[in-house]
Amino acid sequence: MPDNLITYRECIKQAIREALLGDERVFMMGEDVGRYGGAFAVSKNLLQEFGPERIMDTPLSEAGFVGAGIGAALGGMRPIVEIMTVNFSLLALDQIANNAATLLHMSGGQFNVPLVIRMSAGIGRQLAAQHSHSWEPLFAHLPGLRVLSAGTHEDARYMLAPALLDPDPVIIFEYTSLLNLENKLPENTGSIDISKAKVRREGKDISIITYGTGVYKSLEAATELAASGIDAEVVDLRILRPLDEETIIASVAETHRALIVEDASKSVSISSEVSARIMERCFYELDAPVKRLCGAEVPIPYPKHLEDAAVPQPAQIVSSIKNILQHA
Amino acid sequence: MAQEPATAKPLTREQAQKLLYQMVLIRKFEEMSAEMYTKTKIRGFLHLYIGEEAVAVGVMQSLGTEDNVLCTYREHGHALVRGLDPKIIMAEMYGKQEGCSRGRGGSMHLFDAKTRFYGGNAIVAGHLAMAVGMALADKKMKRNGLTCCFFGEGAIAEGAFHEAMNLAALWQVPVLFVCENNFYAMGTALRYTHAQTDLTLKGAAYGIASAAVDGMDLLAVMQAADTASDTVRNTGKPYLLVCNTYRFRAHSMFDAELYREKSEVEEWKKRDPIPGFYNYLMLQQLLTADDFKAMEIQAENEVQEAVDFAETCSWEPVEELTKYTYSENAS
Ligand SMILES: Cc1ncc(C[n+]2csc(CCOP(=O)(O)OP(=O)(O)O)c2C)c(N)n1
Repeated sequence: MPDNLITYRECIKQAIREALLGDERVFMMGEDVGRYGGAFAVSKNLLQEFGPERIMDTPLSEAGFVGAGIGAALGGMRPIVEIMTVNFSLLALDQIANNAATLLHMSGGQFNVPLVIRMSAGIGRQLAAQHSHSWEPLFAHLPGLRVLSAGTHEDARYMLAPALLDPDPVIIFEYTSLLNLENKLPENTGSIDISKAKVRREGKDISIITYGTGVYKSLEAATELAASGIDAEVVDLRILRPLDEETIIASVAETHRALIVEDASKSVSISSEVSARIMERCFYELDAPVKRLCGAEVPIPYPKHLEDAAVPQPAQIVSSIKNILQHA
Repeated sequence: MAQEPATAKPLTREQAQKLLYQMVLIRKFEEMSAEMYTKTKIRGFLHLYIGEEAVAVGVMQSLGTEDNVLCTYREHGHALVRGLDPKIIMAEMYGKQEGCSRGRGGSMHLFDAKTRFYGGNAIVAGHLAMAVGMALADKKMKRNGLTCCFFGEGAIAEGAFHEAMNLAALWQVPVLFVCENNFYAMGTALRYTHAQTDLTLKGAAYGIASAAVDGMDLLAVMQAADTASDTVRNTGKPYLLVCNTYRFRAHSMFDAELYREKSEVEEWKKRDPIPGFYNYLMLQQLLTADDFKAMEIQAENEVQEAVDFAETCSWEPVEELTKYTYSENAS
């Protein structure tokens, strides 16, 4: 690999390795994380390095092992539970919503749940309706959870450590379509603040507010827009709950325009929430109505041309922004 | 190695050759699918059934047109035996609108109302309770059909399996549960996923009649399936049939197979159901080498026609993206 290029997959793996080396209470469990090497080869060879006590293969029992993760966290461990993909997370949603997210509150502050759940997410591999869900909004709906979205290599590499230090349950979304993508890690990123959104590109004409697979797509669009003399700012939300309102508002107050981009379908989405917060906090700063580019309201179809059409693409981001600025 | 005749009813030459043909057709169809996958004509996930053919072929013989069939994402073989035209299956795997699910589903989601083929279900154990409900509807509507539900042994670890078994037993509905135990759930071996590896006991725990059979032996599967279906039809109650089998290929096209020894795969290949049944038929003089050659050519042609058809099929217009999200006659 040319100097310091690293795949997104390797970023996640290094983060897990570092966590296992750094704290004996950390262990990872999930389906096929050990002998198989991880469904997406993320945890390849970790079983050999750390042994079956710390890299635990589980049966197909999402509710069971997520619940057990909650229990182990209550018991003083620091589990990383991998749900193979977000598509199977609903089998464990009761444990997440009714136990992990509520125990601290129900117990009057006595029992916190220091659990990290990682799951791969996103569409783009022609896996059809049952394997292509964008359910970030579903989890972001639940008070008691911290919901992170690793849309960049930096976050894939550095989100896990602060997540493990959090006293409360953290969900991390990782994106399968990015796994093989190589990129550089920024220098001096020892740790990141998992309460803050991040401006990935500064600009003065419009704020593109996005997360997950939207981040690189929006950066690509911003580069193309720059060629037409349009200076777009890209805000990576990366913390979907609790939202970092300040970073969003500060950006929109500078650019006076906002386009929100996400793969999840539009109704009752992250973009619905962000848009509402902008209206509540800085309506009078706006020079144009807030616009949204989201997933179509349809289960995801298998053929490539329909799958591509089901979520925003860079070209649409470019044309939407040109539209907004023309009408400004 | 010839198989022992396990069935009581002697096979006619025609029946025998039809059974062998069904297994050969699945094998050829899937070998072609793998080739089309490497040519990127087929995308997404592709789960091959190669090695497990005797299960679908054997069980399906005991079903009639009024019965419902539900499968997993490893269902090309079941679809073929159920009578779906190889052409519309291949077109589906290409993602073309002439496919059996209009190209919306792909390899994991073959559906066909005409043959009561209800998928192609890709959430492990997600279809078991649906099968119970379909059988419940048959019971309430006083129809004769049974519902046959195929799933892997991996599904038995899910809570959904246990809920479905209990409901089926409690409500006494006619479901034939067929566990295709190929000993691996992706890369995790049976012994690492189940504390109790005698899977028939999982049915027995719910008071459900249960049996296990050598899933590499077509005649044995047929006989076990006959007994199972007869029991379901006569009693109206569920039945669990565990077919012990093996997949010769990777879990899907993304699998490096780090979790099993090559020698283990080779050992199982000696029990390949196709040569096994071939040898039996030769011994019984129900087949000649020429018959078999002709059979292979016929299957190859049928598969080639399916590919040729899929190539000429069309893409659904992108304007129709949100079609089938709601019924067209919904208010
Ligand atoms: C609820 C759920 N969890 C995980 C997966 C990912 N997955 C797909 S197939 C599979 C293994 C299933 O094994 P088994 O049930 O034995 O069937 P086989 O693939 O061997 O035919 C896994 C883990 C899934 N599709 N659904």
